[in-house]
Amino acid sequence: MVIEKSVLAIITTNKEKVNGGAPIFICQDFEELQKTAANLEAILDGIAHALSEEVFIIVKH
Amino acid sequence: MNEYTMPIVFGVVLGTIARILMLRTDYRQYPTYLHGKIIHVALGFIAASLGAVAVPALMELNFTAVTFLTVAATQFREVRNMERNTLTEIDSYELVSRGKAYIEGIAISFESRNYLVILTAFIGTLFYLIWNVYMAFVGAIICLVISKVLQSGSTIGDIVDIEYVDPHFDGAGLYVDNIYIMNIGLPERQEEILKYGMGFVLKPKNINVVNTIAHLGQRQAILHDASVSLGVFRDSGTPALVPLIKRDLDDGRIGVFILPQIRDKEKAKKIIGAVPVLETAIRMPSRSDAQNKEIK
Repeated sequence: MVIEKSVLAIITTNKEKVNGGAPIFICQDFEELQKTAANLEAILDGIAHALSEEVFIIVKH
Repeated sequence: MNEYTMPIVFGVVLGTIARILMLRTDYRQYPTYLHGKIIHVALGFIAASLGAVAVPALMELNFTAVTFLTVAATQFREVRNMERNTLTEIDSYELVSRGKAYIEGIAISFESRNYLVILTAFIGTLFYLIWNVYMAFVGAIICLVISKVLQSGSTIGDIVDIEYVDPHFDGAGLYVDNIYIMNIGLPERQEEILKYGMGFVLKPKNINVVNTIAHLGQRQAILHDASVSLGVFRDSGTPALVPLIKRDLDDGRIGVFILPQIRDKEKAKKIIGAVPVLETAIRMPSRSDAQNKEIK
């Protein structure tokens, strides 16, 4: 089976909200979260999606 | 030299001319340049020879000779395969891919154009032998006109109304009109998208069109053509900047989101309007019996 979409990384400022199999990056504030997400987006060739102000995910489409 | 030489030469020349006339290099950039063209002109010449030679064979009551036309059919199916393979190979390197349906459409037209060449050569030679060279010219011109007409199908502009709409964000969701396109998380990406992005809403003119423009292959063709003509604001490894088309499930309108380098609204509308309607995407629900009974 080929998995077409997958969550490559989770970036959050609230570690209570996340758990699970993908790598999780915990940031201090929204600014750091944005920078980390932008970097990871470029590195992983994925798209940074916002689930909320506190949780971003990088998804490979 | 015998009585058939001139008619055959006439048919072959005419068929080859027909192939050259049908071989256009335009914004699709296909077939490109000399080598691609030589292949198709050469195949056109072969097709024309087959069409021209078939007539004397029939007149000599040599009916079995006509079976070699089946060889031609196999040959030109091979042309279709060749085109399909080449285009599929290249497609993975396009920034905005053509899509399988568009490739199939192009491949089909390459095959069918060879049959039109056979027809032209056949008619040319036949008229020459039955009547004279002048009638052959008339017949050939009619064939060329028919080929030209058959060559161009309808375009998106014929079947939908195109309207420009500025894309906007609702939270992290990108919208064109009320049609959701995708989720963009990073504020700087959002700014880029608002700065460079353009949105279009394609409103179907009737029920048949709803299904046609919903076809994923047709949508990809629109994106590809728009990107080829207007340029793309993206690179490999930036999936957030990919142009997309999404559909309004309520009424079948589609929202086109593109990131062009030339941001000219009128030009963009014209280009989207000129995208060919793919044969594989055409649906005719209005012709189904069930539909018609309901209407009555």
